Amino acid sequence: MQALGLEVLLKGNNLLRLLGGLWVAMKLSLLSVAVSIPAGILLGTLMTRKNPVLRAILKIYLEIMRIMPQLVLLFLVFFGTTRALGWDLSGEASAVIVFSLWGTAEMGDLVRGAITSIPKHQYESAAALGLTLPQTYGYIIFPQALRRLLPLSVNLITRMIKTTSLVLMIGVVEVIKVAQQIIEANRMVSPNAAFGVYLSVMLLYFAACFPISMLARFLEKREKAYA
Amino acid sequence: MDLSVLREYLPLYQEAALLTLKLGLLGVLFSAVLGLACAAVQYYRIPVLRAIVSVYIELSRNTPLLIQLFFIYYGLPKIGIRTTPAACGVAGLTFLGGSYMAEAFRSGLEAIPQIQEESALSLGMTKVQTLRYVILPQALTVSLPALVANMIFLLKETSVFSAVSLMDLMFTAKDLIGLYYDTTEALFLLVVFYLLILLPVGILGTVLEKRMRYAGFGT
Repeated sequence: MQALGLEVLLKGNNLLRLLGGLWVAMKLSLLSVAVSIPAGILLGTLMTRKNPVLRAILKIYLEIMRIMPQLVLLFLVFFGTTRALGWDLSGEASAVIVFSLWGTAEMGDLVRGAITSIPKHQYESAAALGLTLPQTYGYIIFPQALRRLLPLSVNLITRMIKTTSLVLMIGVVEVIKVAQQIIEANRMVSPNAAFGVYLSVMLLYFAACFPISMLARFLEKREKAYA
Repeated sequence: MDLSVLREYLPLYQEAALLTLKLGLLGVLFSAVLGLACAAVQYYRIPVLRAIVSVYIELSRNTPLLIQLFFIYYGLPKIGIRTTPAACGVAGLTFLGGSYMAEAFRSGLEAIPQIQEESALSLGMTKVQTLRYVILPQALTVSLPALVANMIFLLKETSVFSAVSLMDLMFTAKDLIGLYYDTTEALFLLVVFYLLILLPVGILGTVLEKRMRYAGFGT
């Protein structure tokens, strides 16, 4: 495999550096997911309320977040805030802000879908039993919605991991950037390293996302078996 | 915001938007063809090919487009497969989109009950006729929302094309910010042009979804 550059990965601590790069991307995704899930649950629940003003505002937020490419949002925060507000955000900070806002919108939409799929008589029966609104949500609606929600939100994690690869474009040193550095450093000894190294990065991403996708599919099957 | 700067930048963005749109639509088209082929392989349970398709779908769905593009653009030339940036963009988008389209078509095909095919065959229709006149029209209407969602998704994904030095909207914006520091104007036009590309597709999707409803008939 001399020609294809896999030997470069075994040299020194190159493989460890690559894994370290992947960890940077993972850390950003996990942080964003950790913000997105609770915020998304709140957003989604609010979206099912009947207040028209609140609904319109949330709808606009949701549509903006979903129609703009995530990279555009990243540019807006990374370059835009410097100019408009004078903030000097690091690439990592902008990434967490953007992916949390985006993830909240996506999660909010999932939560809204799950809650509206709960039939109306569940609310009415709860009210007839004298449950308060928080009790209705806490004991009746959320537990049922959760089952539908689980596979979808697990899927959101893989989407988040894939999306965080974009931070490369605003200068964060993550796995692809590390791969570039390794390839550049070995340009003379292994001119063909790009093939093996980029293939390895692709497989690393696959190794990170595939188990989570499988988990999502398993949960989805189990959910369907219940229904 | 400076209007004269906007006027100066406008032609650059127009050109970039056309490139984004052209490559994006080509990618969507090829994705749909590849996706339909993959879905057909899975639907008819063709041995061997079916296994290859499953591996492809998993690999494509569980890796980001960015690394797929890097592999195609910088990795593949090392084993003798050279591409231009534009071809790489379309190839990458097709590699990514094919699996999403396949899933959309597959869910449509699976939604058609077995009895439809059996009835068509018992009426003396050939396999191809059955597919063309009975299965596909119904399956496509079921798939349509997912297909349009995929189209929007893929057009959004074109934003990473600048990584392989394509002069797309992102590239133009970043270039202008770096050169002249008119950040506000550059970002404003970036958002406007992406909205110009993506909003019509979103609206088209809603309209199409309302008009094509053969599948739900009688249920």
